[in-house]
Amino acid sequence: MYTDRKIRVVIAKPGLDGHDRGAKIIAHALRDAGMEVIYTGLRQTPEKIVETAIQEDADVIGLSSLSGAHMHLFTRVMELIREKDAENIIVIGGGIIPNEDIPKLKESGIAEIFTPGTSMKEIIDFIKSKTISNCE
Amino acid sequence: MELKKKLLEHDKRAVARLISMIENDDQKAFNIISELFYLTGNAHIVGITGPPGAGKSTLTASLAKKLRDLDKTVGIIAVDPSSPFTGGAILGDRIRMQDLALDEGVYIRSMGSRGHLGGISKATHAATRILEIYGMDYIFVETVGVGQSEVDIMKIADTTILVLVPGLGDDIQVLKAGIMEIGDIFVVNKADKDGADKLVLEVEMMLNLRKMENDWQQPILKTIAIQDTGIDILVNKIFKHYNYIKTTGLLKSKKLKCIEAELAEILRERFIDMVYNSNNAQLDLKEIANEIFNKKTDPYTAVDKIFFELKERSN
Ligand SMILES: Nc1nc2c(ncn2[C@@H]2O[C@H](COP(=O)(O)OP(=O)(O)OP(=O)(O)O)[C@@H](O)[C@H]2O)c(=O)[nH]1
Ligand SMILES: [Mg+2]
Repeated sequence: MYTDRKIRVVIAKPGLDGHDRGAKIIAHALRDAGMEVIYTGLRQTPEKIVETAIQEDADVIGLSSLSGAHMHLFTRVMELIREKDAENIIVIGGGIIPNEDIPKLKESGIAEIFTPGTSMKEIIDFIKSKTISNCE
Repeated sequence: MELKKKLLEHDKRAVARLISMIENDDQKAFNIISELFYLTGNAHIVGITGPPGAGKSTLTASLAKKLRDLDKTVGIIAVDPSSPFTGGAILGDRIRMQDLALDEGVYIRSMGSRGHLGGISKATHAATRILEIYGMDYIFVETVGVGQSEVDIMKIADTTILVLVPGLGDDIQVLKAGIMEIGDIFVVNKADKDGADKLVLEVEMMLNLRKMENDWQQPILKTIAIQDTGIDILVNKIFKHYNYIKTTGLLKSKKLKCIEAELAEILRERFIDMVYNSNNAQLDLKEIANEIFNKKTDPYTAVDKIFFELKERSN
């Protein structure tokens, strides 16, 4: 019987800032686009995020940050991804991130940064285009 | 095969991959289970079920921590509902299990129910087998929180814990729906809230109304999962129940019944696949549906004909 391969996304909020409304909105939009979203809640460490993505066999990690600590946290996630040999996982970021930081983040291996104002469709299309080879 | 080797080497990535392959009906994963089937059947599988928000995930995490203190390894499969419209899902059980995220001796997997009714997904059973081969001592399966239909957990769990909470109002509904039978142990969680004692009494009354066919007395325990209160006693009851079903032979008879049910299920699925993939015009279900709609035949006669056709072909 036909079972379609589901795109699995870990949505995580590293760092200490205290609200996750944005992350939740993204989670719902991805669910409505047919994806399985593993939601991990607030105050995640990069170590926990990467380990979770491995155990959940995630295709994508979506990081959200509003605290300004994104440089350190996001690049640490990428470091761990390489350390754990998990480069098959695509990492994207969002939240309040100054434009001048984006090139540096991409250099560290983050596939894309979505700043406020990006449409949900753009994010969904991006994830689908990046995972299509594994998933269809 | 690489994945098989990695699984035996305790690589969690292999576990993760294999469970996804099972979810996607990839035959290679089932072949690996077949080859390593002799390693299954050694874990104590504990089902955690009950209405939405009862504290199943929190309780599971709390139990797992206790078992880790006793140096036992723990696998957790947490099922949440998939949207019947988009097939997508938000899997949020892990939020309550963060303390376990980096523990070497713990593996946690979130699963969407993917259209399967009964509180677990079609892949859940095979996933527990992967975790048994991996070598977990305990495997917890948290069901979807439906409240009355998550009975499939009985088919894979050795011990099932039914988690109830005061103040839901529909607790009695749960009890009325006949799912009392599935609890080997009853937990009234959120005992810090009003109404816990009253609920314990209500459950006691319900249980006294029924005569058990065996003499396991289903215990009713109060817990406060967010404070790890009452967990020691619960763990002891879990041990005790396992011991009880092992020494009385109930474990074996239960497993035999479940294996038979599983065989029937796989057969049913294979059979339907066979009909769908037969390329035989006589077995075209769409065409037959059309004929039934136009009153040229009826479902009962049509199925008789399908069976006749299959028999003819196999002769
Ligand atoms: N007051 C109180 N709250 C609790 C207790 N146990 C869990 N909670 C809270 O109840 C809420 C739901 O807990 P979960 O563990 O997610 O419940 P669940 O049964 O897994 O929920 P679903 O998987 O969505 O069906 C959370 O906010 C918990 O913090 C408890 O003993 N007392
Ligand atoms: Mg839960």
